[in-house]
Amino acid sequence: MGQLKRSKLRSGDLLSLGFHGLRARPMRAVLSSLGIAIGIAAMIAVIGISTSSQALVKEKLSVLGTNMLTVSGGTDMLGQDVDLPKESVANIRRIPGVEHVGSIGAIDGVNIYRNDQIDASRTGGLSVAVADGDLLTATGANLMHGSWFNEATSKFPTTVLGRTTAERLGIQRAGSMVWLGGQQFTVVGILDSTPLAPELDSVALVGEPIARDLLGYTGTPTMIFERSSEERVAAVRELLPPTINPQAPTSVKVSRPSDALAAKNTVDQAFTGLLVGVGSIALLVGGIGVANTMVISVLERRSEIGLRRALGATRRHIRLQFLFEAMLLSALGGLAGTLLGWLVTAIAARSNGWAVSIPPAVLFAGVLVTIAVGALAGVLPAVRASRTAPTAALASA
Amino acid sequence: MSAPIIELRGVTRTYGSPPTTALAGIDLVIEEGEMLAIVGTSGSGKSTMLNIIGSLDQASSGEAYIAGHDLATLDDAQLSALRAHTIGFIFQQFHLSDGVSALDNVATGLLYTGIPPRERKERAEVALKRVGLGHRMGHHPRQLSGGERQRVAIARAVVGNPRLILADEPTGSLDTASGAEVVAILRELNAAGTAVVVITHDNELAQQMPRQVRISDGQILADQRKEASWAS
Ligand SMILES: Nc1ncnc2c1ncn2[C@@H]1O[C@H](COP(=O)(O)OP(=O)(O)OP(=O)(O)O)[C@@H](O)[C@H]1O
Ligand SMILES: [Mg+2]
Repeated sequence: MGQLKRSKLRSGDLLSLGFHGLRARPMRAVLSSLGIAIGIAAMIAVIGISTSSQALVKEKLSVLGTNMLTVSGGTDMLGQDVDLPKESVANIRRIPGVEHVGSIGAIDGVNIYRNDQIDASRTGGLSVAVADGDLLTATGANLMHGSWFNEATSKFPTTVLGRTTAERLGIQRAGSMVWLGGQQFTVVGILDSTPLAPELDSVALVGEPIARDLLGYTGTPTMIFERSSEERVAAVRELLPPTINPQAPTSVKVSRPSDALAAKNTVDQAFTGLLVGVGSIALLVGGIGVANTMVISVLERRSEIGLRRALGATRRHIRLQFLFEAMLLSALGGLAGTLLGWLVTAIAARSNGWAVSIPPAVLFAGVLVTIAVGALAGVLPAVRASRTAPTAALASA
Repeated sequence: MSAPIIELRGVTRTYGSPPTTALAGIDLVIEEGEMLAIVGTSGSGKSTMLNIIGSLDQASSGEAYIAGHDLATLDDAQLSALRAHTIGFIFQQFHLSDGVSALDNVATGLLYTGIPPRERKERAEVALKRVGLGHRMGHHPRQLSGGERQRVAIARAVVGNPRLILADEPTGSLDTASGAEVVAILRELNAAGTAVVVITHDNELAQQMPRQVRISDGQILADQRKEASWAS
């Protein structure tokens, strides 16, 4: 009686069986994979929009650098304000890795006006501060007009205005006169705004010598900007408080403005959550849709199943065929959805002036997820198909 | 091969509860290369018998052997293997796939043998020529007549060179002329050495077969051999 030769289905044939099954009812295939498509499109769009917007921020940050730390005075345990010590800047310079340190020291009670005719109470929210150290290099700020202080100008009544300050006072170029601390000051420069040190926008900066001579500056910095080598940022951050104020290190506030910038520009969290939620539900419903379509398909194709069994298909072959068909159905939806998600991202990016940046891994994962959904959705129909009696081909008249 | 291609011993088949008996103790031996008709009225148990002979269904009691294999001892994969390599089925409804050509329909007959697609097509071509449809290979079933469709189905059944062909009312959906053609083809196949079992309620068709097994109410009434039927 001899050994039985086994039934065998080549994997290439399994593949074309799946396509064949879908091609037989294209409209149904499209409709039933729609849910999956919408689900994955929402997911890709959410991720795509967020990564594209972050790509812009990253680009900005790579220009600005993430190696700047800002130091300011905090409060002590009783809630009293604690000023930074006078020798802070000098001490910070001694920390290994520190490259540039600059500071501003606000001068209380001294204000700036367009001219001496303006009422003293109308300060416009502007303040006067002393610029010290390598403020420009440390903050990365640039001058829009004029020049920075030099040995000479810092001894005379001159000022460099922040961008907002210049706008509020209506000053467009260097050489203008302003009324500062009851004196005429000459504007020598106007700063451009810099995202890492927005504090500089609404001040009028003066040189340290003239501030001591004329404005009663005592030498206490209110904010210090420090830039170190990139690898030393974490270490420097640790060392700053005890170096500046060994008695009360907790009263020294250190922050990294680039962090805040990175966080600020990302897509609204609630919105993201909503879309991800909608996407997951659509995926779930889509998966159920695929399962439903496949169950119906199995019932309709009883005689096809019977025929295949008569031709020698094992239960396993039938199971694989329907499982694969479900996965394919879902993967087609996934592919369409990925494309749609990419399109939505591209439109959003365009209207915001970003470059489209979706990690390829996300697109890949999107398709993988839909295949997994299809596999899950296909299990039940596939098992039912494989349990169809082989006599079905004969029975159906 | 000494073992008969089919051997049934005391085979019964009952359905449901309370049990209705479709087959009530069938003893039947079919030798390799034989040709016979199983004939009976509607509800006599013909299809039930074909299902068991074709290993599509299991007997409720009794023993069934195909090519010496005891069907009760085989698992699903082994039964499927038997169908893939040893048996070819022909149905009254043809069961062709509408979306693909005659050639591809025939090649499907080898799908579960693991033969590569190219060779399947080559062999399908040969089988189609064998049933006289060499000129219709690219046609889809809808573009073919009923008789041509059944010939495509026959080609699909024989493309794997099975030792046994089982046909359930193969001429049931055809007119007389096409039916005669189908019978002629089945004869040729048998002459080439394949055992052929035709199931029919049509006495006239049965008369053309060298052996007729008459069943009624799930039992064999008569088993006649007619040596002189060759030249009809
Ligand atoms: N799946 C089933 N469930 C219950 N009863 C069945 C089933 N299949 C067949 N029967 C019964 O078994 C008996 C034999 O049926 P079978 O289909 O074998 O007859 P047949 O000879 O092929 O008839 P026909 O010429 O009409 O096709 C009938 O009484 C039928 O009602
Ligand atoms: Mg029948």
